[in-house]
Parts: sequence; structure tokens; C-alpha cells
Amino acid sequence: MTGKTRENYNENYLNYVKTQNPPTDHFRNCLSAFGVGGLICCIGQFIRYMLGYIGLTGDELAGATSIVLIFLGCLLTGFGVYDRIGRHAGAGSIVPITGFANSVASPAIEFKTEGWIFGMAAKMFTVAGPIIVFGVFSGVIVGLIYLFI
Amino acid sequence: MKKQGNTIFFKNEPRITSFAAICGSKEKVGILGEYADITLEDDMYEESTFEKAECKMLTNAIALAIKKGGYEDRDIDALFSGDLLNQIISASFAARDYDFPFMGMYSACSTMSESILMGAAMVNAGYCNRVVAATGSHFASAERQYRFPLEQGTTRPPQSQWTVTGAGGCIIAAEDKGIKVVSGTMGKVVDYGVTDVNNMGAAMAPAASATLIQHFVDTNTSPEDYDLILTGDLGALGSRILKDLTWEKGFDISSNHVDCGEIVYKVIEREFQGGSGAGCSATVLNSYILSKMNAGLYRRILFAATGALLSTVSSGQGESIPCISHAVQLEV
Repeated sequence: MTGKTRENYNENYLNYVKTQNPPTDHFRNCLSAFGVGGLICCIGQFIRYMLGYIGLTGDELAGATSIVLIFLGCLLTGFGVYDRIGRHAGAGSIVPITGFANSVASPAIEFKTEGWIFGMAAKMFTVAGPIIVFGVFSGVIVGLIYLFI
Repeated sequence: MKKQGNTIFFKNEPRITSFAAICGSKEKVGILGEYADITLEDDMYEESTFEKAECKMLTNAIALAIKKGGYEDRDIDALFSGDLLNQIISASFAARDYDFPFMGMYSACSTMSESILMGAAMVNAGYCNRVVAATGSHFASAERQYRFPLEQGTTRPPQSQWTVTGAGGCIIAAEDKGIKVVSGTMGKVVDYGVTDVNNMGAAMAPAASATLIQHFVDTNTSPEDYDLILTGDLGALGSRILKDLTWEKGFDISSNHVDCGEIVYKVIEREFQGGSGAGCSATVLNSYILSKMNAGLYRRILFAATGALLSTVSSGQGESIPCISHAVQLEV
């Protein structure tokens, strides 16, 4: 590699840029993340009560609740609503399971134009892939720890 | 004098005789609405993909520029064009609709000024009589290539910009009427080590500053000699930085500097720092600015579009963002 390395970056300029950057409004983002994230969880809890009401229990109840939320996440993504919520939600719409559904559905919709196999199916996990890889990995680690204690 | 420093002088005075611009629905609300030739209601432009829509915008901008100047396709000697998509597919796919030669240009968002510079050089030298310089970009296709899928719900950082949906083109001809292309300053690649891909303004400002100062020195002019110093897509933040950088070197451009990205949107959604993309300077220049020059509002402008020469691969590998800016001086 020639030319630019971290050693010859113009540090003065980079420090100056830092002073000019508009500050991220953390307070507002946290507040809307709390509101939106909390709201999604409340809806999830409501669905859980309703499914419990029709007679589901235990793992079945948890599974069915997730399925309904994932469905809603994908549906809103398809209608182009979820990105609008996400733009104003801080991270409130990314963290719940609907955010995961959104991150799988959005590339799937977007890359459909490149074909069903190499477009839609192959690109589907470009955003969610890392979550799955590290999710499984940390699950294994935690499982091992749990085995020995 | 043909060349001084990095500036080439067009003594045969090639002229921009005709220009056209097409812009998307979001841009229509801003200043482009009144001045662009076609404003789209739907950014898909009746096509099945965003890439095809971008290509169609560029094709139609070229066709309109030719038609508005009263030319036929056979009058054109060459097309200088480029865009932001991988392997500049919009420009080359647009060129297959035409029966004249095509020269692919790429300097990211600076493609408009590079195309004008190259086109004017060809016309000035007498190799061509009429050439087309054109470029364009599309928010959805750029977003898809450089960032996340459109439907994904993420919060945009406050220093980010919004890629302009639009295309613009102009005809540069060896004629007596129109806007003169007087000189052009070829830009150097400048990299101060900015790695934040959301902060294009800060990455590109040093390149713009270098080219502007080079131009002032080479032509022995000062910022006050221009009615307008027009940069491409630095955005609000980048423009502030540019003013500081040039001021530091003894050139105060604050009174007559305007950035296309800063003025293109009437803020209705969170575009934050303003517009960006190759289409940003192409649409603003080829509609609003050149119309105003024809009307005599501006006599002499310096147009320096800026481009960030990164790719998703380079930024993935942690490289900083090299940037470039080419400048052309236009006079009525």
C-alpha cells in the first residue's frame, strides 16, 4: 500500500473537523428510542396476552408472539413504513425483533431486481448476517460456560 | 498562454449553447422545480428498477439538451459523461441510444465539471465542433450501492447528506453565442485522512480549497472577481470548512460562495447538510445557474464541483477518502 497511512493523516485538520461536526442529539435519540422501543414491546406484550387468551401457553406462546411481530415488521417494511419510523426512532426500532425482521426483509425487497437466487436470496442476509453469526457464536460461548458452572 | 500551473486557457472560447436538467420529486419542491425542464412525479420514472430510472433521466437530459439547442444527433461529435454507479453503467447505457462517440468520465460528484473541462478542451483544440457533457445520479441507486437498503429503518447521522435524484447535460460548441468556457483548472487528488463516509463535506473541502486557490493563483484573480463561486456538493458543513480553509490561505470567498448541495433542497425532511451526488451540481448548474447567466444576473462564475473518490471496498478496508475537484470558469 502506498501513500496514505494513519501516520500521515492531517491530524490538525481532523481535530478541526471534530469541532465543526454537528453534535448528535443523544438525548433526543435516547428519548425516542425509549418511546418507540417501549411501544413495540408493549404491542408485543398485548399480542402475548391475546394469544394467551385463546389458549396458548409456554414456548408455544413465546414462539407465536415472535412470529406475529416478525410478520408485522416485514409487512411494515414492505409498505415502506418501517424506514420512516426508523428514521426518527433512534435505535428504538432496530433492537426489538421487528428490527431484525426489517433488516432481513429490506435487502430482500431491494435486491429482487437482480434475480430471485443471486439477488433476493443471496443478498437477504447482508445486513442481518453478522447478527446471526455473532449471535450463534456468543450462544455457543454462553452455553459452554453454562455447562461447566 | 495555453497553460499556467494546472489551469488551461481556452482562447478559442468554446461556448455552452444549450443545457437541460431533469430532477426528481423531492428536488422539485426546491429551487429546481421552476428551472428544471422535466420534474418527475415518481422517482421510478416508469421503469422497473432505480438504475434504469437513473439511466433514463440521463438519456433524456442529453436528448433535451440536443433538442433545446436546435441540433440533431448527427451534429454531435462526442458525448462526455459519467455517473456514480459501478462501472458507470448509467452513462454508458445512455450512450448506446445515440449514434455518436462516447467518452466515459469518472470523478464521482465532480464529473460535471470534469466533463465540461474535457469537452471544452476538445472543442477549443478544434477536434470537435459540438460535444455533450452530462451526468446524473439517483438517490435510491446510490443509497443501495454505498449504504443500506432503502427500506431499512436506520437513523441518519447529522453530518450526512442526501443524494440528489436528477440529471443534467449541456452542449459545448464552437459558436458565437452562449456562455463562454474561459478556462479550466484540473484538480489534484487531496486526502487529509477523513475516514467517516457519512462526512463527505469534510472530506471534500480540502480538495475544493486546493483547486480554488490554484485557480486564483494561476489566473491571477481574486475571489471578488467572480460573481459566484459555485461548489458542487459540500453541503452546509463542508461549505463552512471550505470558507475557513481558503480564508486561512488568504482568499476570502465567504461573500460570493454558494454550494449547490446547500441550496438544492427546501428542507422538508431530514436531509441534514444538503444534497450530494453527481446529479446535484449537474442539475443546479444546468437549470438555475446557466439560466441566470443567460439572463445576465451573473456575468462570471467559477464552477468547482467536488468528488469523493471512494468505493465501498476501500472504506470497508479502512482507507481514508481521497477527493478531487475540477474547476471551470464560465463567462457571459
